[in-house]
Amino acid sequence: MQLSDQRQIKAAPAVVWAAILDPEVLKACVPGCESMTGSPADGFEAVVVQKVGPVKARFTGLVHLSDIVEGKSLTISGEGKGGPAGFAKGGAKVTFTPEGDGTLLAYEVEANVGGKLAQLGSRLIDGFAKKMADDFFERFQQTIEGPAEPEPEPEGDAPEGEAKKGWLKRIIG
Amino acid sequence: MPKDGGIGASTKRREDVRFLTGAGRYTADIDLRGQAYVQFLRSDVAHGRINKIDTSAAEAMPGVLAVFTGEDFTGMGGNPAGWLIQSRNGETMKEPKRPVLAHGKVRHVGDAYAAVVAETPEQARDAVEAIISDITELPAIVDMAQAVADKTNRVHDEIADNVVFDWGWIEDNRAAVDAAFKTAPHVTTLELTNNRLSPNAMEPRASIGDYDAGTGDYKLYTTSQNPHLHRLLIAAFVMGIPENKLTVIAPDVGGGFGSKIYHYGEEAVVLAAAKKLNRPVKWVATRSEAFVSDAHGRDHVTKIQLATDMQGNMLALRTETLANVGAYLSNFSTATPTFLHGTLMAGPYKTPLVYVNVKAVFTNTAPVDAYRGAGRPEATYSIERVVDKAARELGIDPFEMRRRNFIKPDQYPYTTPVGLVYDTGNYDATLNKLVEMVDMKAFETRRAASAKAGKLRGIGLSTWIEACGIAPSNLVGVLGSRVGLFDAATVRVNATGNISVMVGAHSHGQSHETVFAQIVSDKLGIPASSIDIVHGDTSKIPFGMGSYGSRSLAVCGTAMVKAVDKIIAKGKKIAAHMLEASEGDIVFEDGSFKVTGTDKAKTFGEIAFSAYVPHNYPLETLEPGLEETAFYDPSNFTYPAGAYACEAEVDPETGKVTICNFWAADDFGNIMNPMVVEGQVHGGVAQGIGQALLEHAVYDANGQLQTGSYMDYAMPRADDVPFYESDFSCITPCTHNPLGVKGCGEAGAIGSPPAVVNAVIDALQRGGHKNVIHIDMPLSPSRVWAAINA
Repeated sequence: MQLSDQRQIKAAPAVVWAAILDPEVLKACVPGCESMTGSPADGFEAVVVQKVGPVKARFTGLVHLSDIVEGKSLTISGEGKGGPAGFAKGGAKVTFTPEGDGTLLAYEVEANVGGKLAQLGSRLIDGFAKKMADDFFERFQQTIEGPAEPEPEPEGDAPEGEAKKGWLKRIIG
Repeated sequence: MPKDGGIGASTKRREDVRFLTGAGRYTADIDLRGQAYVQFLRSDVAHGRINKIDTSAAEAMPGVLAVFTGEDFTGMGGNPAGWLIQSRNGETMKEPKRPVLAHGKVRHVGDAYAAVVAETPEQARDAVEAIISDITELPAIVDMAQAVADKTNRVHDEIADNVVFDWGWIEDNRAAVDAAFKTAPHVTTLELTNNRLSPNAMEPRASIGDYDAGTGDYKLYTTSQNPHLHRLLIAAFVMGIPENKLTVIAPDVGGGFGSKIYHYGEEAVVLAAAKKLNRPVKWVATRSEAFVSDAHGRDHVTKIQLATDMQGNMLALRTETLANVGAYLSNFSTATPTFLHGTLMAGPYKTPLVYVNVKAVFTNTAPVDAYRGAGRPEATYSIERVVDKAARELGIDPFEMRRRNFIKPDQYPYTTPVGLVYDTGNYDATLNKLVEMVDMKAFETRRAASAKAGKLRGIGLSTWIEACGIAPSNLVGVLGSRVGLFDAATVRVNATGNISVMVGAHSHGQSHETVFAQIVSDKLGIPASSIDIVHGDTSKIPFGMGSYGSRSLAVCGTAMVKAVDKIIAKGKKIAAHMLEASEGDIVFEDGSFKVTGTDKAKTFGEIAFSAYVPHNYPLETLEPGLEETAFYDPSNFTYPAGAYACEAEVDPETGKVTICNFWAADDFGNIMNPMVVEGQVHGGVAQGIGQALLEHAVYDANGQLQTGSYMDYAMPRADDVPFYESDFSCITPCTHNPLGVKGCGEAGAIGSPPAVVNAVIDALQRGGHKNVIHIDMPLSPSRVWAAINA
């Protein structure tokens, strides 16, 4: 499946760019991520727990950053093996465009699954991948901007714990 | 007055008593002392090169007794295709070795490439998950046209175009067929897909391997439609076990529909593991495993053309078909699209010129093989759809179009242009019966009522024929079969007069235990309750090629009748001695041997007793005992035929199709048990309606099975099918077997899909949607809606 979306982030492209290269940020943003180690150059090893329809699995796999155009665009791709559940792999091509004093972050996501995940959950994969991508970029945005403060109706679940303060604010202040 | 027993009676099924009270004994119900359990590691990619399989962690897991990979079985033979097909260019088909467990490459999702045996199923499953495999994923080959076109990507590295064979039937007729098309006044062309199906037997496959180290004897309990065929394949081809050292037992089996004809690698693994560990080893498939590893059915893409004159007389017919065989050649996979399909392309019609071309194609999908009907549903669907389309194009009533082209009763035996000789039939009779059942005037009233409610109602017809009673061995030998297709039965009369009949045909839903007993009871004049039908154990039955191709009654039933005849003949000799009469004066009737013209008689029981207590017995000229075996090889196929009509209503707003009525008028030859025949027709038609409206095994472009559970694979449910009306009073008895029977097990699944699709197209056409000339099965609401709104 493929999907694309975009969102406005209230931070300069350089700040957003730095954030996406940070394993701590990635860990905080990948839904269900239990651990993430490594570096942008060598790739990251990740453990992610996710449930697709009836299949719940702990995926161990690699996340690579490629097609890196400094400050402008990159591709995040990952492949995880979920043992008896099968495998999931996917990627997001992300572009960063200055817009006012913020950044327009656009992404195209592609996802594939195999094994039991495909056998039992293929009908659910499109929705699942969209939710994964939306969750990721929602968390990413909140990590950078901090929680959407006074707005009465926050969308989605706010990330928990230390992320509340916001990555940008923690770095700056 | 209906009989209450014997031939022709609707005797209630004796096997139902144990099935309905939970006393059936299936392979999964059998537990042997000390048994271990095996679980399989199956590929989750459609196509990949195996670099390394690290089993060390799995071997160290609790309870693990042994871990196997494909490498452990490279010394064994390949699981063979049962038919050797020659291509048009004279080359022999490509036949890559089908290994016990995949090695080198995995070729479809679900392809088993390692196995773990452990003390418990759970331990085995945990250990399977601990196997670390390094597999390089390769691009999946899923679409048949691409598989043929792309010479770089290969399911089997040594086969460049993924083509098993390119078969022409009959190649010598091709030029004449093509010439007829050039001059034909009218040509109707249709491109269609016969959708891929999952077999969905109620009982998933299961096997137990057992080995006796003292004698070197192997025993396999398995879900088989044909235990002797399994024994032959495992012993002679795959494992190299002497046949006399392998017993195959197929106990109660919960449906097969073709999928349990075949030998699968799991059966060899349980046997090899049992020997290695000197313990019984058991495997029971999950439903998930069944979806990805049972042989699927159908999956043809066909272009069919029909040449006619302007009056609808069929002049010539030709087809080009791509037939998916999946990743490996399953045992019947090469016969199904050829000799069970191409030879039927004349249908019930006197089309003088027919040419069939079939390319069988490897893809990275589960193997495809015979499924209820096997090739004949594909043939019938193609023919009956194109005939319907031609009738519409020519403005001829579809009933009349068929009638005009039927082979007539005075033309038998009739040699078709595709190599079969129909011995008998009367297609006008079944069509006339159908017309009587349908009542077209009443249909018009119902159609008007539907129209008032905003619904579109139509009626669809299918006049089908099949070749079954498989099969004359000399003929199929010429056609490429590597086995004989006769059958056998032993009738053992015990000293106290009751009878065990050991038959080669396995019963897994066909009611043999009831119907075969009715026949023996009728012939010997003793109550059916004194007769047991024994099947499914190679150590008990003489031989048998199993149940498929609607062959059980026509072939094995005939062997049984011949064995009964031998019993009667021997009984006459015994009676002649006891009654001091000449053998020629003894008649056997109503269960007694009588001296003709006198009141001197011996009952069957007295004769049986004398055979085992031969105090007053012709021992000088006759062996004691009363047990006879007969083998029977049919001289021809049998040719059941019939006429089906489906009445369907389409909701143009949603595209939803409702089957309102379904009528079946069949000629099955003589009927042994009408209730059982009716049940077989109902079940077959339900499967046909399932194929036409609901079922579809779908792989995505990466070769992942998208329909791997009942969440996504739509089986017909009770409210998807109507109350059927079936009739089998039009009888032309088979001319070459003593019961005059033809077989009824597959008919419903063969004849019904085109009737359903023709009905939906008719509804749409009558409703003004003149642009809709074809919709590929399954006719889901979305497909019908899209066709309406195209």
